[in-house]
Amino acid sequence: MPERLDIIKTCKLFIGGSFPRTESGRSAPVHDGRGRVIAHVCIASRKDLREAVESARRVSDSWADASAYLRGQILYRMAEMLESRREEFASAISTTTPLTPAKARREVDASVDRLVRFAGWTDKFQQVLGCQNPVAGPYYNFSVPQPSGITGILSPDAPSLLGLVTMISAPLCTGCPVVAVASDSTPLPAVLLGEVCATSDIPGGVVNILTGNRAELIEPMAEHREVQVIAAANLKPAQRELIQTAAADGLKRIHLLEHSDSSWLDDDAAASPWEIDPYLDTKTIWHPSAT
Amino acid sequence: MTGVDSHTAGTTGWEYSPAPERTRVAIKDEYGLFINGSFCAPKSRRRFDTINPATEETLSRVAEAGPADVNAAVEAAKAAGPGWARLKPSERAKFLFRIARRIQERSRELAVLETMDGGKPIKESRDIDLPLVAQHFFYHAGWADKLAYAFPGRTPRPVGVCGQIIPWNFPLLMAAWKLAPALACGNTCVLKPAETTSLTALHLAEIFQEIELPPGVVNIITGAGETGAAIVEHPDVKKVAFTGSTEVGKHLARSVAGTGKKLTLELGGKSPNIIFADAAIDQAIEGIVASIWFNQGHVCCAGSRLFVQESIADEVIDKLAHRMRSLRIGDPLDKNTDVGAINSSTQLKTIERYIDAGGDEGAVLHEVNEQPLPDKGYWCRPCFFTGVQPSHVIAREEIFGPVLSVMTFRTPEEALARANNTPYGLAAGVWTNTGSKIFEIARKLDAGVVWCNTYNKFDASSPFGGFKESGFGREGGRHGLRAYVKF
Repeated sequence: MPERLDIIKTCKLFIGGSFPRTESGRSAPVHDGRGRVIAHVCIASRKDLREAVESARRVSDSWADASAYLRGQILYRMAEMLESRREEFASAISTTTPLTPAKARREVDASVDRLVRFAGWTDKFQQVLGCQNPVAGPYYNFSVPQPSGITGILSPDAPSLLGLVTMISAPLCTGCPVVAVASDSTPLPAVLLGEVCATSDIPGGVVNILTGNRAELIEPMAEHREVQVIAAANLKPAQRELIQTAAADGLKRIHLLEHSDSSWLDDDAAASPWEIDPYLDTKTIWHPSAT
Repeated sequence: MTGVDSHTAGTTGWEYSPAPERTRVAIKDEYGLFINGSFCAPKSRRRFDTINPATEETLSRVAEAGPADVNAAVEAAKAAGPGWARLKPSERAKFLFRIARRIQERSRELAVLETMDGGKPIKESRDIDLPLVAQHFFYHAGWADKLAYAFPGRTPRPVGVCGQIIPWNFPLLMAAWKLAPALACGNTCVLKPAETTSLTALHLAEIFQEIELPPGVVNIITGAGETGAAIVEHPDVKKVAFTGSTEVGKHLARSVAGTGKKLTLELGGKSPNIIFADAAIDQAIEGIVASIWFNQGHVCCAGSRLFVQESIADEVIDKLAHRMRSLRIGDPLDKNTDVGAINSSTQLKTIERYIDAGGDEGAVLHEVNEQPLPDKGYWCRPCFFTGVQPSHVIAREEIFGPVLSVMTFRTPEEALARANNTPYGLAAGVWTNTGSKIFEIARKLDAGVVWCNTYNKFDASSPFGGFKESGFGREGGRHGLRAYVKF
């Protein structure tokens, strides 16, 4: 008998700002490098996914209408909260992946910096991606980017934290709420990220994080009529085809990310305006100019 | 209606003398496929008639490209690709400038041909379509050697062979929208015009020969849906661009799934046009005319749902009926014609089915234009419905004809909720003289193009394209280049 029994954490889903268990009553163990069970995570169901999309829908307008300055401060707040828990995240990564503690720390640091990077983009991408158009007539004509809507995210297995942070912060920066499915193999950092969101002024429902079987959730996510954008990283060809086929009927915007280990770390590759653009629709507004 | 009737030209008092456009166009008896820089007979050995929808006379016979023809066109485009992409960008630009100039020089001929083959009034093809066609090539020509500035931090490269499928409502303009950005970005193209309106694209091919565009850079093949499907499914086509119905667009999205092909879709719409009580009413009436009766309503961004604030509904409906009565319908080649022929008998039947459905569901049809219609050809009088419920078919589905559904609202919130209550999101109009309101409504409308105190304005520098099920991708402006480059 050990002197003190460990408290094994119950990892729950993050939906609508709270931490429910999956309605399916299923869970899966998370192992450390030596095969010891260190936690259990929920296996989210289709119904949990629908619940998450519903939560996102409720705050879709208010998040899009929030000022860019406010969205920037909230993303920065997330960075602050993540910064203060760096050790815990690094340990979760190094315990559950082959990464060395040093590499795990590097990933956590990059994730904090990534949030800061996107916090700074919230009130600038409009100026980079929008423009005034010199039409041949007496009109003011300008193109402004607007958030496309609820974004479904299938984040990569590796880097589990940096991939997820990158993929949620780009749409969040534009004003899209997100429903993210964490890595199957390394869900723990995602679970912890939900806790960071819950303490960082992100309105409930703007970020929703599910753990479980990605394969089970790909199709219902791509088919869901309220989901406007699907972003997915490092998919297998068959999964790509599955998403594109399932998303065709709703004519969803699909953003497929293909990053190497090093390009995930590279801000120019992973956090440029061209990584923000897929979550935007351009609106062009005409108005006559006359006396 | 009282009072206004006595002023109406056309129905009482004044008659207009015919004012036909007399420019002659040399139309060949038959046209081949434009592949690798020359016209060739189709390997399919099949041809089909193209008619003038205003007279039902056969204008010419056009080739129907089969799979072997599609393959030859794609092969030609693929072979021409590396040379075109390697060409010094400023030289590539000069080819596009040359195209623009030849279009301007041949513009009347092309306008007349567009009107004869498609049915649109000459004043529209002459004053709107053709100037925009030339502008698109001129505008995009200038981008060819400046692409790096369009994409900060990236090095844009051509995508490869582009398969481009275009509709019959703006045949030459849609060809320009597709070809100009693709060529400027260094791609080569296989373009398929719609089967009822192939002729102007084939005359554009003659221009490509005249200006010595390298063979294979643009290939124009004619045919119907099967030809289009063969282009989309060809493994060497790397980018698909389609303008047409949402139904076909969804089908294309499924057919390119998993292939890695880039896709842009410019699809249908059921665009709202919102008139507030504080709008300049007479200007708004002209805006409604432009929004729904322009090009016989064969416009994907037509303002086919009119929302009028309740307090001015009677006035707007009276004035609209008066204005509709004065529209001149008939010979599209007459310079005074406002509303031309419906593009095809198939489309006419579709429109008539919707008009019947509107009446069946209880809406009230206003069809007060009493001008005599020509004996031959496909004609539909401009009309509008009142008493339309949001659930009615005519308020939900794209009709693609000169049929307007008029509804009323009380508050801006109601107008917005109802305007956005559609899977489409292509365009929208809003009319008010209150600046703050117009910006707020424009911001909240789910539409890729919002016309404030105007409607149906287009420009090569102005991005066009939809939200939601109206498709994705933009055409025109800096944003339109994105579809034709990879990083």
